[in-house]
Amino acid sequence: MELVCPAGSLPALKSAVDNGADAVYFGFRDSTNARQFAGLNFNDKRAAEGIEYAHAKGSRVFCAINTYPQPDGWEQWKTAVDRAASLGVDAIILADMGLLDYAANKHPDIPRHLSVQGSATSHEALSFYKDNFDIRRAVLPRVLSLDQVRGVAKHSPVELEVFAFGSLCIMAEGRCYLSSYLTDESPNTRGACSPAKAVRWQETPQGLESRLNDVLIDRYGQGESAGYPTLCKGRFEVEGSVYHAIEEPVSLNTLDLLPELKALGISAVKIEGRQRSPAYIADVASTWRQALNRVQTNPDQFSVESAWNSTLAGLSEGGLTTIGAYHRKWK
Amino acid sequence: MMNLSLGPILWFWSKQSVFDFYAKAAEWPVETIYLGEVVCSRRRELKPDDWLDLARDLKACGKNVVLSTLTLIESEADLRRLRRFCEQDEFLVEANDQSAVQVAIRNGLKFITGPSMNIYNVATLNILARQGLVGWNLPVELGKETLEQLIRELKTDGLDLPAEVFSWGFLPLAWSSRCFTARHYNLPKDNCEFRCLEHPDGMELRSRESQELFRINGISTLSGSRYDLMRELPDMERMGVSTVRLSPEHQGMDEVVKRFDQVRRGEVPAADPLQLVEAPPCNGYWYGKPGMDLVGA
Repeated sequence: MELVCPAGSLPALKSAVDNGADAVYFGFRDSTNARQFAGLNFNDKRAAEGIEYAHAKGSRVFCAINTYPQPDGWEQWKTAVDRAASLGVDAIILADMGLLDYAANKHPDIPRHLSVQGSATSHEALSFYKDNFDIRRAVLPRVLSLDQVRGVAKHSPVELEVFAFGSLCIMAEGRCYLSSYLTDESPNTRGACSPAKAVRWQETPQGLESRLNDVLIDRYGQGESAGYPTLCKGRFEVEGSVYHAIEEPVSLNTLDLLPELKALGISAVKIEGRQRSPAYIADVASTWRQALNRVQTNPDQFSVESAWNSTLAGLSEGGLTTIGAYHRKWK
Repeated sequence: MMNLSLGPILWFWSKQSVFDFYAKAAEWPVETIYLGEVVCSRRRELKPDDWLDLARDLKACGKNVVLSTLTLIESEADLRRLRRFCEQDEFLVEANDQSAVQVAIRNGLKFITGPSMNIYNVATLNILARQGLVGWNLPVELGKETLEQLIRELKTDGLDLPAEVFSWGFLPLAWSSRCFTARHYNLPKDNCEFRCLEHPDGMELRSRESQELFRINGISTLSGSRYDLMRELPDMERMGVSTVRLSPEHQGMDEVVKRFDQVRRGEVPAADPLQLVEAPPCNGYWYGKPGMDLVGA
């Protein structure tokens, strides 16, 4: 199983490579990828440096162009595919059918991975992408239970990559429009969820409030730690009770599942977090490297070291982790 | 004149309520009716054969009937139900994810894509058109500027692919493996007691300042405001939109259909307000704004 790590900047890329990533993924500095943050991502020069660095150390580099171009953006997105190709990336991660088609015809020799934003949750859906665009690999959405992943893996016509650690999207990725409903940007259109430009923090007599485009997402009392107002992780009122009606601020952590994922023939585990710092990437990558080395040498005797979990918990939202939808009861 | 369609029922209603609803709908001035469970695989008040019988009845009443597939496919059981709709040849299918597209293509079945399919450009429409696509819905988060460009580019490519626009109702915005209704009642999803049946128009989710943000509906999250493009009908007609989709609600739907019918015929001004059930209106997406916004009120 490969370890695939996020690179939001050149230092983060180097940090991932130095700490054992088999592959890193990055995006360009615009809305052609699903992590559009100010000051993040790569121009062509930095990307070329990163690719050279990774290749010299034996790591592969994937380029994510995984948002959905509208007619206005078509030329820009197409150009992004051409830029990735001329940089010599090892794979392009795509979601849009039109763009997959373009990449398959224009650059047939560069492997295509289906992004999690492509929202393929069954082997039939994977076959559609395989038949039409000859994808080599697909990243599965974080909505499937382990049993369901098993079902998909059994008949999958392509390699599978699953999310291992990081922020937890609980909606089927690629088909969540909550962010554009409250703001004017969504992951699909702009590569942004709950965009920073719409966030406002305010101290009030009731406590610290976080708002997204003026909508109250959460209010924190004394001693409560405040998190980024991702809209699905706020506290809302349903029929008189106020609670995390959609999801708590927690992170996904699937260390415990590694032997099962290996047994299912999963090709790669993916770390979320191109918005994270090089230090964070170093800690997460080295922890997962150790775990993967152990499961590869001796899957039957695999056990999770408590130090690994405490490192990862310390890097998680709210200090909490979950195996999320992989465990049926979570649902 | 543009067509009117009734989208699939997004809520969980009892079998009798569904039959009663469509018995009335058979008399309404809508040309197309979409049938089927599109939200939750546990909602089985109607079996696939019940839907097919209903489809035949409505067809006999002169309606175009389209069978809609589940939006989030998670298991082999979901695929089996999907195949039941995609391996018949009496009706068109509304594909709501790539699994349905794949099965329809394999069976040589013509299909329409639903609003949860990611159709953002004409290259995508071209790929699907080569394989049986005969109509498509604009994703709900896209607006008139994009739609106008898409329709223009389709013409340039010589493709005749009728466009449909979700124009009235609570917008389907997200699907999860988690059930938010069961979560509210502290029940596991697999033993949810079918509590959605108690909420025929979902559960309101408000901010702590009582702002209506979303509606919880099982595994799906809908808009808290009701999307209403009635005033945009003349513009849609001018742009070449083929079908105006109205999303079923359990009360007042006859009034909604009647009013949209009058407006499309030019019998009443498009600007006449339609206030039926307590919920704020919105139209932001159409104008490229946050979906919850109301432009030009």
